[in-house]
Amino acid sequence: MAYLDVRGLAKSYVTRRGTTHVLGGVDLTVDEGEFVAVVGYSGSGKTTLVSLIAGLLVPDAGDIVLDGARVDAPGPERGIVFQQYSLLPWMTVYENVALAIDAVNAEKSAAERRAITEDLIRLVNLTPARDKRPGQLSGGMRQRVAVARGLGMAPKVLLMDEPFSALDALTRATLQDELTRIWGERRCTVILITNDVDEAILLADRIYPMTPGPGAVLGDAIEVALPRPRSRRHMSLSPAYQKARHGLVDFLRNARRGVA
Amino acid sequence: MSPATIRKIVLPGLGMVAVLVLWTAISQTVAHDLPSPAKTWTESRRYVLEPFFKDGEMNQGIGRLAFYSLVRVAKGFALALLLGTPIGFLLGMSKTFHESFDPIVQFLRPISPLAWLPLGLVIFQKSEPAAIFTIALCAMWPTVINTAVGVRSISQDYLNVGRVLKLSRWKMLTKIIVPASLPYVFTGYRLSLGLAWLVIVAAEMLTGTPGVGGFLWQEYNSLVYSHIILSVITIGAIGLFLDRLMGLVEARVKTG
Repeated sequence: MAYLDVRGLAKSYVTRRGTTHVLGGVDLTVDEGEFVAVVGYSGSGKTTLVSLIAGLLVPDAGDIVLDGARVDAPGPERGIVFQQYSLLPWMTVYENVALAIDAVNAEKSAAERRAITEDLIRLVNLTPARDKRPGQLSGGMRQRVAVARGLGMAPKVLLMDEPFSALDALTRATLQDELTRIWGERRCTVILITNDVDEAILLADRIYPMTPGPGAVLGDAIEVALPRPRSRRHMSLSPAYQKARHGLVDFLRNARRGVA
Repeated sequence: MSPATIRKIVLPGLGMVAVLVLWTAISQTVAHDLPSPAKTWTESRRYVLEPFFKDGEMNQGIGRLAFYSLVRVAKGFALALLLGTPIGFLLGMSKTFHESFDPIVQFLRPISPLAWLPLGLVIFQKSEPAAIFTIALCAMWPTVINTAVGVRSISQDYLNVGRVLKLSRWKMLTKIIVPASLPYVFTGYRLSLGLAWLVIVAAEMLTGTPGVGGFLWQEYNSLVYSHIILSVITIGAIGLFLDRLMGLVEARVKTG
């Protein structure tokens, strides 16, 4: 069994206007230390998938097993970086990150926890802004705080729900590069949800394409055979990039036409 | 003069003059017992210019009287917050508590201070605690209701952060629920303070305790009508001041 094993995950929402089938049996596996991306159109149910793996929603059917344990509630071993950052606006950068550090390191001394927090803030290049509140930060800086907080949970798997989708293109590129660097240093297990094919190829080892809903499912994973460290400048010329990109784009187009 | 100064100074000044003219006109035509502005000023001058003189229990400068009222309001308001804030949080957080007590809150809310005061006198046998009891009971509802609404409207995103981190109930309360609902809570506090100040007059009038409201009622009984107007103006000025003060506190909480 894989490190993270998701089997037959289904979820519907019941509203007054009827039932919406969002996910219709999602299968997904992630190995330890692997960076996996899920790519799909907006509104296809990607956020629902993340919320289910995080345990914030309860599935109608299917199983999630992480490192041999069944997932049935939220917990910091599935750290999450939310799409809308979800920083607590009344706390400084330091306090936002420390909230996670303190929650998962209760047995450590205050000095150790402080050191971990400062380390993470340095890792995401926010030391000069450590005492600012989210309201005083740009979107890119806020998302760095959210990444630091997610890593601070010392998760077995870090879930990232379209972390850069609210950012402008330039900031997004910078943060993608930083995420590559951070992942190179930490080698944590990551699931990245995105609607950006190039972002997925730049960052991930394997990419699952998602069919548009209702009743979304994942296609077969596509390996990204690009060597690391990757550079966005040289990447687009390589045959491995072309192969991954064509595979994904073909799947997504066909899925939308209802062929897949 | 710039248009902004005209709007901020000249227009309110004109409004004031209009009211004074109207007041004079009424006092000289239909209501001959109503003192004119000039007469009110002549008879009240000492109370305003020497605001802290004290000739006897019921004959004191307006500053001294206002101080008594403010202390009474402060006590009643503090009691209202002490009772109202936890009740509000419980109503907002616990469905069971909400279903059990919300009907009672809705039922008690519209009851007038005039109805509570005699009950307070029955319970406490003394006018001072009865007045404070009445102020607290009337003033706490905006705090209760705004706090409950504030807790219920906390963004699910913030709560999800707490769920993922598996925060304890206590940490969830102190780190997320309380700070997230604070702007609503303080709006409740501001409205509660306004109500407390409204109630003080009724409470003092009925109990005859020294203060602006008590003075107003006593001067009515002594036929010194100009002092009624003095009291009314004082009550309005202090009420406005308190509202602005709480408005500043509220704004600080909202931006902080």
